Order: sequence, then structure tokens, then C-alpha cells
Amino acid sequence: MTTIIRLQREAFDAGAEVERMTRGRTDIGAVVTFTGLCRADENGKPIAALTLEHYPGMAEAEIGRHVEEACARWPLLGVTVIHRHGRLTPGDVIVLVATVSSHREAAFAAASFLMDYLKTRAPFWKQVETVAGTSWIEAKASDDVAAERWSAPPPRHEAAK
Amino acid sequence: MRLLYFAWVRERLGKAEEQVEPPAGIGTVRELMAWLAKRDEQYAHAFENANVIRAAIDHRHVRPDAPIAGAGEIAFFPPMTGG
Repeated sequence: MTTIIRLQREAFDAGAEVERMTRGRTDIGAVVTFTGLCRADENGKPIAALTLEHYPGMAEAEIGRHVEEACARWPLLGVTVIHRHGRLTPGDVIVLVATVSSHREAAFAAASFLMDYLKTRAPFWKQVETVAGTSWIEAKASDDVAAERWSAPPPRHEAAK
Repeated sequence: MRLLYFAWVRERLGKAEEQVEPPAGIGTVRELMAWLAKRDEQYAHAFENANVIRAAIDHRHVRPDAPIAGAGEIAFFPPMTGG
């Protein structure tokens, strides 16, 4: 079980990260990756850039706690979480969550769980730049709802088909 | 104790961190925010809607009723928008 958590300014290569997780392995049957990108609009208005502020130290710790929880809930063989900070422009990658497992169910569920928690619990804040100036993106209630669904008692590890 | 501020809380205060010694009687995160809000106009503006502001003690999320005794680092910030 290998977990990689990285916070960085630089871009990442999702393909290379998956290759790193699966190279030489024959026990992995499923890889799920989620890559978040910077869009050119926010609330229907064009944006020039997105700046991600984070809380160094806590961000790593909080993501680490959620990765640990994901590993306790699902039979994973590896997890990679990379989150960028700093100024990004439309089309740039922001975040990568990759989960690997013997079977797809665990990999899908764990990736979804981790993204929902990154949205609502990882200490990052997005500020957008538009022609009108800069403003902070407000948290969405729908993201809280998405994270809330995982707080019900999780189904225990079941043999995935 | 060391206080850290992020995003618009930081912007409204014009600083990212500071060292404070709250008086005896300030026992919880909620009380600490109320005490800070009384310092001056900038603090009042930053903490005017304390219900919205989230807090963490020593890198862990806490609720407003969490005790601050023994805290090394307390952070205040808006709801998170990462991912």
C-alpha cells in the first residue's frame, strides 16, 4: 500500500503518476483517476486566473487523515493525491486523485470520497481574477451535501465482483 | 498563542499571523473570536459573521465550542473551496 500526497506549485502529469503507481504490479485490476482543471468561467463570468491559497502543514495533515480513512474503508492498493497552489490559468490542472485496487468498486468509491472531502475539508481557498478585480469563490452547499453522504456508516469491505 | 488567518479573513485583517495572549475567561474558539472582534474596526469587520468562519487548532478542524487551552496554533478561515 503506497500513498503519495503532494502539494506543489508546479503542474503534474496524471499519466506519469498512474504509471508510477502501477509499474511492475500484477495485483492491480482497477485504476480510477480524477483530474480537476481550471475552467475559464465562474458563475457564468469569464475569469483570467485562479489563485489557490492553502494552509501549509494542515493541508498535508488533513489530506493524510482522509487518505488513511479511505484506506480503512476500502481495500486499496495505492492512493495518490496531488493538489496545486498558487496562480493558475484556464486549462491548467489543479488536483489529481488516483486510487488503485484489485477491483473497480473500491477504486471508484475511494476516489469519489477523497474528492468530496478535498472540496469541503482540505484547507484551500480559491480566488478568481476577472476584469472587475479579484474575489473569493464561495463554498457550495452542494459540495457539503456530497461530502455528507460519506458520514453514514460505510459498507464494510465486500468482495468486489 | 499563535493565530493564523487565511483568505478573506487574512485580507480583512491585513495580516497572515500574529501572537496573542487572550485574558483569562476566554475559554473557547467562539469566545476568542468575540474577543478579537472587539479589538478594532478591522477585527470587527473580519469577525462580523463569526458563524461563517471556520477554525482549526494545531492543524485539526474544531467547532466553535472547542476549548483553546493548550493550543499552540489557532487558524481562522472561510469555508474551504479546494479540489
